[in-house]
Amino acid sequence: MLNFRDHPKARWFGIALIAMALLMLPFVIASAGTAWVRVMNLAILYIMLSLGLNIVVGFAGLLDLGYIAFYAVGAYTYALLASPHFGLHLPFWVILPIGALVAAVFGILLGAPTLKLRGDYLAIVTLGFGEIVRIFLNNLSTPINITNGPQGISRIDPFSFGSFSFAKPETIFGLVFSGPIKYYYLLLVVVIAVIFINLRLQNSRIGRAWEAIREDEVAARAMGIDTTRIKLLAFAMGASFGGVAGGMFSAIQGFISPESFVLVESVMVLSMVILGGMGNIWGVVLGAVLLSFIPSFLRYTVGPLQMWLFGHMVIEPEVIRMLVFGFVLVLVMVLRPGGIWPSAVRRRELAPSEDGARG
Amino acid sequence: MSAIGAMQGSPNEVLLGCEGVGKRFGGVRALEDVSFAIRRGEIYGLIGPNGAGKTTLFNLLTGIYAPDTGRFTFDGASLDGLKPHQVTLRGIARTFQNIRLFANLSALENVMIGRHARTRAGVIGAVLRNRATRDEEARIEARAMELLKFVGIASRADDAAGSLPYGDQRRLEIARALATDPKLIALDELAAGMNATESRALAALVRSVRELGVTVLLIEHDMKLVMSLCDRLLVLDHGERVIEGLPAEVQSDPRVIEAYLGAELPESGLAPGDAGA
Repeated sequence: MLNFRDHPKARWFGIALIAMALLMLPFVIASAGTAWVRVMNLAILYIMLSLGLNIVVGFAGLLDLGYIAFYAVGAYTYALLASPHFGLHLPFWVILPIGALVAAVFGILLGAPTLKLRGDYLAIVTLGFGEIVRIFLNNLSTPINITNGPQGISRIDPFSFGSFSFAKPETIFGLVFSGPIKYYYLLLVVVIAVIFINLRLQNSRIGRAWEAIREDEVAARAMGIDTTRIKLLAFAMGASFGGVAGGMFSAIQGFISPESFVLVESVMVLSMVILGGMGNIWGVVLGAVLLSFIPSFLRYTVGPLQMWLFGHMVIEPEVIRMLVFGFVLVLVMVLRPGGIWPSAVRRRELAPSEDGARG
Repeated sequence: MSAIGAMQGSPNEVLLGCEGVGKRFGGVRALEDVSFAIRRGEIYGLIGPNGAGKTTLFNLLTGIYAPDTGRFTFDGASLDGLKPHQVTLRGIARTFQNIRLFANLSALENVMIGRHARTRAGVIGAVLRNRATRDEEARIEARAMELLKFVGIASRADDAAGSLPYGDQRRLEIARALATDPKLIALDELAAGMNATESRALAALVRSVRELGVTVLLIEHDMKLVMSLCDRLLVLDHGERVIEGLPAEVQSDPRVIEAYLGAELPESGLAPGDAGA
């Protein structure tokens, strides 16, 4: 592979090319229908969630099955502070950091009692935590109505700067920027920031400490690593990305209810991390994009394909969609157990060892 | 190679003191009233048959368990109530009986993680990657490389720790422990699983560690190694102190021979150096 570090010109050219592609992408996709832009926006939210979960699962090795709770916390923080529900309408740039902070606090709330747990045991507790948060959201409508229960919260404010609203279409230089396209650009900026932070963290003293904990906690402590602090930091950092994604989800949808934060969502995000390549940031991004697009893609293709092949519907598209989806998951994990794009560390782990098997 | 544990005070000053330490697990008495003192700059051996309480003592010292009675003082301060990572920060590094490297990380990364205790960069530093953080990272890597050279495995820096030959894994564990800038390095069963050649090479390495100014505590089964390497020895049996002294004194002590071989000695006797080997 070409090493771009040694070829600064080639590197900048490559970056410029990718930037152009990313800028033009929504218009290309919009030609297939605005629905696809929405799918793409959702995919970007899933990238943020997967990267957040990757810190906890991929870097620190702490299996978390309730990650979607932090997404919920971020989403509800935004909804409560920017909707007619409480009559509060704070601007989004104030709420998003608050959402990240609140989610981080929830991350620590989950992390603190589970410090001594690992693997299966931690997975069960985090699964319970995710359910507790969802059930609270479902039931905090009485005696004081905080979350509006299963009805959820509607008419949530879209993001806006003064009179510039992300929800309204706008024509600039003859180009029509629809609401979803405007959100796309905002999401793009945020997700690039999230990727950047993750890349920097991975190759740092903190990132190494997370890896040390994942590999061997006892040895990590013997290296002077305060495993309590470093683990809580992983939970808090991971959760805060979930919180930001949740806030943006809230604004883009305009409506949220506990329905959006079920266990399957946690499993989905975890699948993205594992299928993409746990611990490898670019692999996780790929996993999130694939798993967000495949179900929508199948939704629009399975029906017409059957019509074309058989002339009539043999199996309901909704049924076959999840079947194919599951099959793809199994296939990838069988063929590439480290994920589609595994981290160097996972590759080493799965490779048969040459020597040193002694002892 | 710069000195790590830069010797302060006179060489005969006590670095680690252990006073009346005892530990029970349920009804089992693992250690009872054990006292000893390790002087700065010496190689101190801890021996005893299986189940004598060596590893328990080790785990008490490094903060994995808390002693029921007694206390450790290190470098003039008590180690009471410290957690393992705090013990490391005070200047006690350790290796493990069953090698515990970060097996899937490279050898270099393993040693770099050892620098955690002596470096500071946090999340903000990592994200901004400002001048101070970049400089620190460069120092961490340079130091790690220097330590890999010191233990003689610099050429394997980029290999996964778990893929190294067994002897090199031991060396890597020592390099990683040295990365924490210890005043005392505690080696648990250094030569376990090594052949005679590997053992001799490791003994030479331990001597050069001492040359750096690091005091060494060695738990060992291999009598030959202990006798040739250690300045002084402590013998434990059934959780109690049997004798502390020079290798020659310990070797000829009937209680030691009894502890290792049982009470009844054949008349012809056995060369004491072979005891328990």
